[in-house]
Amino acid sequence: MAQLELSGVRKSFGATHVLHGIDLAVADGEFVVFVGPSGCGKSTLLRVIAGLEGVTGGSIAIDGSDVTGLPASERGLAMVFQSYALYPHMSVYKNMAFALENMGFKRDEIDQRVRRAAGMLRLTDYLERKPKALSGGQRQRVAIGRAIVRDPKIFLFDEPLSNLDAELRVATRKELAGLHAELGGTMIYVTHDQVEAMTLADRIVVLQAGRIEQIGTPLDLYNRPDNLFVAGFIGSPRMNLLPGTVARQGIVRLGEGGHEIACETGALTAGATVTLGVRPEHLALSETTGLPLAVELVERLGGESYLYGSSPGLPQITLKLDGQSGHQRGDTVFLALPSAQLHLFDETGRAIRS
Amino acid sequence: MSLVTKLATARRTPGRWHWTDIAAYAYLALGVVLMFGPVLWLAMSSFKTQAGLLEFPPSLLPMSQKEVVVTGHPQPLPLFTVTMPDGSTRVLAQVRRIGIQAQMVDPANPAETIRVAIDKRVPVREFKLATENYTEPLERFAFTRFLWNSVFVTVVATIITLIINSMAAYALSIYEFRGKNTVMLMVIGTLMIPITIILVPVYLVVTELGLVNSLWAVILPGAATPTGVFLLRQYMLTLPRDLIEAARMDKASEWQIYWRIVMPLAMPALAVLAIFSVMWRWNEFLWPLAVLTKTESYTLQIGLNAFQGELQTQWHYLLAMTVVTLLPVALVFVFLQRFITTGIANTGMK
Repeated sequence: MAQLELSGVRKSFGATHVLHGIDLAVADGEFVVFVGPSGCGKSTLLRVIAGLEGVTGGSIAIDGSDVTGLPASERGLAMVFQSYALYPHMSVYKNMAFALENMGFKRDEIDQRVRRAAGMLRLTDYLERKPKALSGGQRQRVAIGRAIVRDPKIFLFDEPLSNLDAELRVATRKELAGLHAELGGTMIYVTHDQVEAMTLADRIVVLQAGRIEQIGTPLDLYNRPDNLFVAGFIGSPRMNLLPGTVARQGIVRLGEGGHEIACETGALTAGATVTLGVRPEHLALSETTGLPLAVELVERLGGESYLYGSSPGLPQITLKLDGQSGHQRGDTVFLALPSAQLHLFDETGRAIRS
Repeated sequence: MSLVTKLATARRTPGRWHWTDIAAYAYLALGVVLMFGPVLWLAMSSFKTQAGLLEFPPSLLPMSQKEVVVTGHPQPLPLFTVTMPDGSTRVLAQVRRIGIQAQMVDPANPAETIRVAIDKRVPVREFKLATENYTEPLERFAFTRFLWNSVFVTVVATIITLIINSMAAYALSIYEFRGKNTVMLMVIGTLMIPITIILVPVYLVVTELGLVNSLWAVILPGAATPTGVFLLRQYMLTLPRDLIEAARMDKASEWQIYWRIVMPLAMPALAVLAIFSVMWRWNEFLWPLAVLTKTESYTLQIGLNAFQGELQTQWHYLLAMTVVTLLPVALVFVFLQRFITTGIANTGMK
């Protein structure tokens, strides 16, 4: 139960700069997800918060007190590792009790806390087992249990679901969401899976190359991406990003055909190079007018269908349709781009907003 | 048992002899003779009397001349089979030998003395274990004391070695600090310095500390072994870093991480080092010989050396006590063999 404040946190390993000045405030009880591609520094940021790595610059404060110089053991945080990091020589019970023993709790208090956490995580029957004798999902729950028995100020999760199979991942994701609702603790969660980020987070922090690209609620990021990177990263299948130029105020010209689209262009002048973004689910089919698209591939998933096609001078365009599409490879369809759902980015990748 | 028979009669194709079977068995038999022969000879000979040892031609089994108590003679007399001038044979006890003649008596009729030429008599031999080879040194020569000293040195030195080496290995594997590699190189570098080179300086240090003739003089100088540090460090490097960090997050102190996380997980490597340390310490000779000069502080190996005098060597005691010396190490091997093989395989130590 605590708030966290990072200001200007920088981290370098020798000459390699991993984090370039991170400013972030996490409110009490908030579930914040760090998301980004591999190597963006999200895990390093989490380890810096945990105290497992020192900072090169900047400061970290928990509940208003500066913890920048404190070692991991004194920050009062709990972490769930990607590899679970269960102590292989200890039983499940001992694994969960270890931290409590270190904190000097009485035996019956330890017992009570461990049993309560075990009950919450359906581990009561496995308390005497060694981690080796548990399934992946059970190990994961032990790792979470080890964190919650301590009643820490902040929970840190480092890609906790990436070693589970798809089905278990979904189940555990739901459990985590339930756990957060039940415990109400401040949680920071690192993942590269945007579905996890979208479903779990109160707020998402999108990182790239050691910088925060955007912070916002999941739907905020989906509806109003600040830049090209966030636009391309959030949403699955990813947003169609089409290069074009501004023809005149309010009109963007796309591809070789010079198809003109009505779109808010802000302060851009005619001739400026832009990228037009539109999500596959926002593209609509029209009978005869619109952007022509030669269908190259149709994927029918039953409830929905994906059309992949090309238009001269444009990258491949993905289109999501409800139901079971009757289109075939080689068909030509016309796309309507609803101007309310379009995202326009300038040459530097920034979103253009009115 | 059936497994043993099955193993011992295994062939390439069951029921048929291939030439490789014969070659394999011959090779293995040769190996058994080469490896086990000397040990067997040692064990057998340790039960021979002093006279039996010097006998020519030597026998494998401990045979000795039968003796009998004859009335009128305070000492037991040796028995011989004598071929009498008439061609008959009798079993007689020898009272004394004068030149090529021996005075003998019939144990059944001690009053009558018979003179026999010594080439007419053959000793009566029987299978007899000379257990006094074991009991006498253990009682008379304070060998139990030596045994205790050796056990003390081995056990205490092994415990200290394990603790000190594992702490050094922990620091050199878990922590990041400036000069870490230099320290490691220096530790490994000391492997190149043989004990004979540092014998004198270490002796001087030990003397200054007033430790001469104390068992601690044997234990302490060799407590930190570069081999042990290296072995444990290499093993600890393979432990997942996440475990150490998880323990840090779990508010464990560095000591707790070392004692409750790293030590239990490094058990295979510790077992290997313990086995090596026991063997090194138990068989150590040169250094104890230098610092232990009083009999009561001798270890077994030095005690054994005492049987090898300038003028004569008491082979019967030497052999018996060698067996005593070998037993603990052999037992360690028998019971810890599983650890040795898996441990050595795990740590890559040969």
